[in-house]
Amino acid sequence: MTRQDTLENIVRISGTDAKKCMKCGKCDGRCPAYNDMDVKPHQFVNYVAEGKLEKLLASHAIWNCLSCMACVERCPRGVAPQGVIEAVRDTVIRMQGNNGIKAEEIPPIVDEMIPQQLLVSAYRKYNK
Amino acid sequence: MQKIGVFICWCGSNIAATVDVVRVAEEIKREPGVVYSADYQYMCSENGQQLIKNAIKEYGLTGIVIGSCSPRMHEATFRKAAESVGLNPYMVEVANLREQVSWIHKDKEEATEKALILVRTAIAKVRLNAPLKEGESPVVKRALVIGGGIAGIQAALDIAEAGYPVDIVEKNATIGGRMAQLDKTFPTLDCSACILTPKMVDCAQNEKIDILSYSEIEEVKGYVGNFSVKIRKKARYVDETKCTGCKICMTKCPSKKGLDEFNMNLKTRTAIHIPFAQAIPNVAVIDPEQCLKLKTGKCGICQKFCGAGAIDYTMKDSFIERQYGAIVVATGFKPIDLTAFNEYGYADNKDVVTSLELERLMNAAGPTNGVLLRPSDMTHPKVITFIQCVGSRDVSGCGKPYCSKICCMYTAKHAMLIREKYPDTEVHVFYIDVRTPGKNYDEFYRRAVEQYNVDYIKGMVGKVYNENGKLMVQGSDLLNNEQIVIPSDLVVLATAIEPEPSVRKIATLLTASIDTNNFLNESHPKLRPVESPTAGVYLAGVCQGPKDIPETVSQASACAAKVIGLLAKDKLKTNPCVASSNEMMCNGCSQCANVCAYGAITYVDKEFRLGGGKTEIRRVASVNPAVCQGCGACTVTCPSGAMDLSGFSSKQIMSEVEAICKK
Repeated sequence: MTRQDTLENIVRISGTDAKKCMKCGKCDGRCPAYNDMDVKPHQFVNYVAEGKLEKLLASHAIWNCLSCMACVERCPRGVAPQGVIEAVRDTVIRMQGNNGIKAEEIPPIVDEMIPQQLLVSAYRKYNK
Repeated sequence: MQKIGVFICWCGSNIAATVDVVRVAEEIKREPGVVYSADYQYMCSENGQQLIKNAIKEYGLTGIVIGSCSPRMHEATFRKAAESVGLNPYMVEVANLREQVSWIHKDKEEATEKALILVRTAIAKVRLNAPLKEGESPVVKRALVIGGGIAGIQAALDIAEAGYPVDIVEKNATIGGRMAQLDKTFPTLDCSACILTPKMVDCAQNEKIDILSYSEIEEVKGYVGNFSVKIRKKARYVDETKCTGCKICMTKCPSKKGLDEFNMNLKTRTAIHIPFAQAIPNVAVIDPEQCLKLKTGKCGICQKFCGAGAIDYTMKDSFIERQYGAIVVATGFKPIDLTAFNEYGYADNKDVVTSLELERLMNAAGPTNGVLLRPSDMTHPKVITFIQCVGSRDVSGCGKPYCSKICCMYTAKHAMLIREKYPDTEVHVFYIDVRTPGKNYDEFYRRAVEQYNVDYIKGMVGKVYNENGKLMVQGSDLLNNEQIVIPSDLVVLATAIEPEPSVRKIATLLTASIDTNNFLNESHPKLRPVESPTAGVYLAGVCQGPKDIPETVSQASACAAKVIGLLAKDKLKTNPCVASSNEMMCNGCSQCANVCAYGAITYVDKEFRLGGGKTEIRRVASVNPAVCQGCGACTVTCPSGAMDLSGFSSKQIMSEVEAICKK
């Protein structure tokens, strides 16, 4: 896959039009995981719009995102920052050849501090 | 046989870049009946029109076809040119080669083919055109203004100034509208009431102006120059001619728990009340939902105390019908409902207020007498956070897609006034963009930042929650790439504005066109911005689009100029393209009268000779040409084909269809 293909694939999986973003930051304003993220929700959208693939792939924030969808819910322009984050996460996993997670691998890495929503989200994302 | 001339316009490169105009002009020469054909750079220019006039004279043309922009743009221009050299203006047809061809196609070959078809179609029609003569209709020299806010007041004053009588119909008990609720006005910070109430008084004292308060439009008939309007005067249970505005009833009324709409429900009022101290007319009104006498039959205290004997509990809605030459719509706006925005906690926290509520909280005549106190505990808020674009520029479906235009300026105004009056208060403003175009507007906003140290934060708020009595405003600071939480005492939402919802009904009554956001459409967004596409209807204020007071006043005065221009005429030319019924074919079924939106069709009993000295009386349709707008609804409804439209006859339309379908 060329760089361009990867970018287009991220846009396709995200299902969102990054150009609609008016840079208001409401996604950041609502994000419960904001402080742990190196790349903020609005930056994911901006990086997609500007084609900054390397910055997207290098982000650690894709592992901090709770997939709570608050950013999607609050966005006044109908953009889905979480959709972009999920698309990048999928892309990174596939590039590593780790497409999928086995159910028995989960219990050891779960502790009671992990929100249930994250577990549901993890299943949805990895158990394909 | 007609002698037809065809004129193809380049419209600079607008048409010529996509349509081979020379080829069109050449090929069309071969059409039967065409004796002259030419192309020119700008047909609407002085030289272009001269070219048409010369050809009409030289070739004795009996009909002409112009291939140019939309007839909405220049049909009148070309008709006038034809008329000036003796050709009947209704022998002119326009083939729309710009909006319908060059602007929507890319391929030159295809576009040229389509242009040829459209020109041939127009030729097919003009072959069957007949000269038509415009009629005349008188003009009623009286104007109606719907809405008594600053837009309606200004329009009425200007029309009255020119000497024409004008009625203001206001649905509330007083004129004044939204502006009467405001505290100060930007960018000069003068008191809103101080500049508005003198104008209200001027309206009341002007003998040319009749204020019909607490009234609504019920029915509109007629057309430009001759509107007939039925107005409902709602029962106010107080005789306007007797009430002196002494307010004794308000001190005696035992039903005191009504919500005061004028104070944005931040205060209570009595069932019988005068909306505010400077109300015009200064006459009380009874809220029938709240009045004990009207609800239970027991009370009647206000009647006992009223020295003027003005109270009448038996009053009913009454109707008046008046004739007008022109109508100005100035129905104004309201802030949007915030139910869909639970992230700001508006419904759950008394201290989250809209900007219009803040206006009342800062107003000397408001519920706190001008001292800024927060609604929950009536203490002075020390930290105030403003949130802009609440519901504006929102395409998610919760808010409005447009910019409400006034919020940036009034938020800067609020922030500045608070910092001026209470320097110990901390003021934050969350913004997406600060939009302050306008004379002295950006300077005004910069003053808030530079002189008054208002903290402007580029970013949006994600949630507001209550923690130990503090309103925690969590938002993003995009420039610092931080998420911040500001513990605040008062949160002010710069709420989007929308047209007053009753405008939809009024638009329907007036057959005035309206857009998806309930803003009334103007006839042309740039060149006819105060006229509705419906002749004789004019638009002032926010009913046409978001705007501030200076713009509203300008637009209202512009409306008045248009109205005065109309009322100054004694007669108007009427459109000769009207329907008529062939009485020999009409079977009296009434279907045409049922579809006519203008009430132009009536039925008459007419005597017909049957031959042999016998007669018969039949019921047939009759069209009033002064009322008919030529929409054609009756012609397609008529089952017997008796209805036809001059200038757009069924035969003409069918010949156009044939020309389009011909290979």
